[in-house]
Amino acid sequence: MSRAVVKLQDVDKVYGNGVVALRHLDLDVAEGEFLSLLGPSGCGKSTVLRLVAGLGEVSSGRIEWAGGNGRAGLPQGDIGFVFQEPTLMPWATVFKNVLLPLKLRGVAPDEAAARVREAIAMVGLDGFERAYPRELSGGMKMRVSIARALVTHPRLLLLDEPFASLDEITRFKLDNDLLALWERQRWTVVFVTHSVYESVYLSTRIAVMTARPGRTASEVAIEAPTPRDEAFRTSPLYNDYCRMVSARLAEATRS
Amino acid sequence: MSSIPSVEPERAAQDADVRDTGAARAARQRWRPDVGWAVRRVVPPVVIGAAGLVVWELVVRLNQIPYYILPGPLLVLRTLVRDWGTLYPSLLVTLAITGAALLVATVAGVLISILFTQSKLVELSLFPYAVILQVTPIVAIAPLVIIWVRNIPLALLICAWLVAFFPIVSNTTLGLNSADHNLLNLMQLYGASRRQVFWYLRLPSAMPYFLGGLRISGGLALIGAVVAEFVAGTGGAQSGLAYRILESGYTMQIPRMFAALLLITGSGIFIFLALTALSHLVLRKWHESAVRREG
Repeated sequence: MSRAVVKLQDVDKVYGNGVVALRHLDLDVAEGEFLSLLGPSGCGKSTVLRLVAGLGEVSSGRIEWAGGNGRAGLPQGDIGFVFQEPTLMPWATVFKNVLLPLKLRGVAPDEAAARVREAIAMVGLDGFERAYPRELSGGMKMRVSIARALVTHPRLLLLDEPFASLDEITRFKLDNDLLALWERQRWTVVFVTHSVYESVYLSTRIAVMTARPGRTASEVAIEAPTPRDEAFRTSPLYNDYCRMVSARLAEATRS
Repeated sequence: MSSIPSVEPERAAQDADVRDTGAARAARQRWRPDVGWAVRRVVPPVVIGAAGLVVWELVVRLNQIPYYILPGPLLVLRTLVRDWGTLYPSLLVTLAITGAALLVATVAGVLISILFTQSKLVELSLFPYAVILQVTPIVAIAPLVIIWVRNIPLALLICAWLVAFFPIVSNTTLGLNSADHNLLNLMQLYGASRRQVFWYLRLPSAMPYFLGGLRISGGLALIGAVVAEFVAGTGGAQSGLAYRILESGYTMQIPRMFAALLLITGSGIFIFLALTALSHLVLRKWHESAVRREG
């Protein structure tokens, strides 16, 4: 097992309105893995992601980031975040949207421009630099959002049900592209989803969460060869994993 | 005829030349000058207006209504041309006060909004007073302002400003607070400073709201200037259109009264169109209000 990028130990999260989102949650994210958090909606998957990103405080327990000492040491720029919605600035072009993280950090314009073009090319949107978000389809907007998360060359990429609102054809395409990028770059990925099929297809490991208050009920390592492609989606191995993960999910939801 | 019935021609043209996305390319191929749309939009109101003027002129002539009760439109027009030497300087005075009030209202309004969004306490403490200023009729405050401020143009400016600044403050405050929550999260994730959040996120988010407020304030500034001038009732070289109306009333020069009224209405329409154009220019690339729907 390679070293952990983030470790969550016995984490509780209680919101101001009294909702207990997480209770006794333990989770290690290992360097270079593609980890999916799978659970019913409202189980606190997104909360875990926000805590890992440093966008909220734990109520009790602790989070440790590798190389950082506590929350203050959260390695800035080492984390990329993709929200459920594309969350683009409607007044800015694709180029300027992707540029934002670099601009906030004061990266020199020439270097920033080169990195923005690289990130846009990576998600296959060359030629759309000057388009505005409203001119793009849902899938293309999501690609911009991914390019923006990748532009800082993060070590840890967090995705919060990024493709949930897309049609199936677009989602499969984006799944494949994300997987291909991950195989090339090998960042660590934490991917939140409520789809068994998507999590088995993408992940090297799945953490199945209980209903609220959420904790990890079980973990499944997906030992399928990479690179994966459409053939994997119809293979017996894939089906076996799906059946097994579904059972685990049903069990976690029941208890 | 074009396949997109409700296209504003200049908008489609911009779309086509600015970007080379698939959508823009498609729009360029589909787009043809839509004369029919312009005709449908312009001709009916013009016909109605012209018919109204003809009826008005006929009613005045056939009933031989004396000009000091109701002048016909032709007489009003002749008076406008004849008295241009008196009316034009007054128009400039009124427009100057309106413009200055709108400018001050914009600057002060935006600054007050920014102050409001810096601290909830400041907003909660001051907002009620902004509301009080807004709901108190300007006609009731104007005499006081005119007594307190000896300089009449300045007093008029203050009155016009009082009426005009509220829509800008309330809209801009709303806009500054309407930034997308996930974009705020994103800013936090990348360690943005308060200043960066303000410039890169809050200010652009507030732009459509601010422009909406500005459009309302433009008309109100003119109304404020005219009302204050009525109350002040000053004569002399520095008097605006409202005083010309008062003066014409006293001396029974009713056609001149109508001519001055015509100029005030024209100014209001001009201000509205100018601010609408400004709003469209600023938002045309991205905001729903300025973006045409695909037909």
